[in-house]
Amino acid sequence: MSAAAGARRRAFAPDWTGRVVVAAIALYTLYAFSALDFSAQRFATGLGEGARLIGRMLPPNFARWPLLVEGLIESLQIAILASALGILASLPLGLLAARNLMPGWVAVPTRFFIAFCRSFHPVIVAILFVKAIGFGALAGVAALIVASMGFIAKLFAEAIEEISPKPLEAVRASGAPFAAVVIFAVMPQVMSRFVGFALYQLDSNLRNSTMVGLVGAGGIGGTLDAAFKRFDYDFVSAILIAIIAMIFIGEILSGWVRRAFQ
Amino acid sequence: MSQTDTAPAAATAAAGADRSLTIRHLDKEYVRGKAVLRDINLTIDGRGLTAIIGPSGTGKSTLIRCINRLVEPSGGEIVFMGQDLAKLRGAALRAARRRIGMVFQEYNLVERLSVMENLLCGRLGYVPVWRAWLRRFPQADIDAAFALLDAVGLGDFATRRADALSGGQRQRVGIARALMQQPDLLLADEPTSSLDPKTSVEIMELMARLTGARDIPVVVNIHNVELARRFATRVIGMTGGRVVFDGPPAALEPRHLTEIYGGEDWL
Repeated sequence: MSAAAGARRRAFAPDWTGRVVVAAIALYTLYAFSALDFSAQRFATGLGEGARLIGRMLPPNFARWPLLVEGLIESLQIAILASALGILASLPLGLLAARNLMPGWVAVPTRFFIAFCRSFHPVIVAILFVKAIGFGALAGVAALIVASMGFIAKLFAEAIEEISPKPLEAVRASGAPFAAVVIFAVMPQVMSRFVGFALYQLDSNLRNSTMVGLVGAGGIGGTLDAAFKRFDYDFVSAILIAIIAMIFIGEILSGWVRRAFQ
Repeated sequence: MSQTDTAPAAATAAAGADRSLTIRHLDKEYVRGKAVLRDINLTIDGRGLTAIIGPSGTGKSTLIRCINRLVEPSGGEIVFMGQDLAKLRGAALRAARRRIGMVFQEYNLVERLSVMENLLCGRLGYVPVWRAWLRRFPQADIDAAFALLDAVGLGDFATRRADALSGGQRQRVGIARALMQQPDLLLADEPTSSLDPKTSVEIMELMARLTGARDIPVVVNIHNVELARRFATRVIGMTGGRVVFDGPPAALEPRHLTEIYGGEDWL
């Protein structure tokens, strides 16, 4: 209005913080490349080595399939047990951590416990359990239960915090006890998301269960580790193909369950 | 009605009792020093429909929510059926709440539950939790729910999910749910404000008819002065957290409305 003719008004404020951050990230990336000694020559040698490895992996060797099947079944059992127990433990944890249902003195310590469960990578937790309770599938199950609790209890709590408070208010106003409020006003609002989280966790537990074996916590990972160490690369590729098949089948099954709960 | 036959003990006990509500010196401030309700004193008879009118933000909702303690009063007494509701806690509060039905502006149904399950929410104060969880409600409650569904004109909707209903249908479910509690008092917080004018009249008519048949006193917050005039036996006008009019609808004159809502241009 009163601005001088010709002087255009600014529609968007300049974002100096953003520009500085982007410039800093770009500079650091350049520095990191030079520090880690990446060169075109190193890359070319690497490609050659990779080709040699792939050559030794082909064709996959399924001759020792009983060993393979035994490992896979153990991994599957670890994944399913850990998911079932982890999800079961996460339901009450998620409820206790939801700040819209629980007073602070309950929610805050529960959140600390959940964060504690999540603070280590499953492999580190698996190493700890192997040291504590010995080699084998039990350590793997225990490690993945901890990982599951750390992950989905947090997602459960967040889903509960996002529900609409209106049905809660109505059910409370009818004189319902707290447990009935949870069953009738909270669970219906979060159930389909819970199923989604649980399936996601089963999926990641399937993958993690193939890995905890690398540190001696049972499953196909142990077989894979041994094959690597003996340079049986054709058996390695057979194991990898079997793992891929298991994950794919898991994906298809969880798709079915998800649709059933929509 | 058949609904009262299904729980004879509760119904006769309630019919004999005095259902009047006495509010004394009720104060409420959400933020210290900013009073929403100032020294409200009201006695509401144990029958008839009392409409509370007034501009938005004047404390009508707060007043009605203080009665069933969805909002905590800052001071004062709310005496209903021999108890000061403002002092109740825990199990005693829940026992008092189940005698007070409530109808909400945005219906507050559980969207993902069926109409029948929403109605049975009104029985959660009475039924043990494990039975509610397994949906093993007493047959008397289920019969009462079907009778109420017929009464609100949704007899064929029992198994529909609540989110499949229109606004007017949802509010009918809301009224039926409140009546499932066999209440001694029905509170309604702007029950028609989310509805079109024709549906609003139908909902008010339904609420007045069903509560009249059961002789349940009703306290309803309402924006619409015409609806208040048409259905209320008593009108309470509020402005700025105070009661400025209290009388039969016929006594409500333009000068009162000017005092309640301020200005005259809108009349």
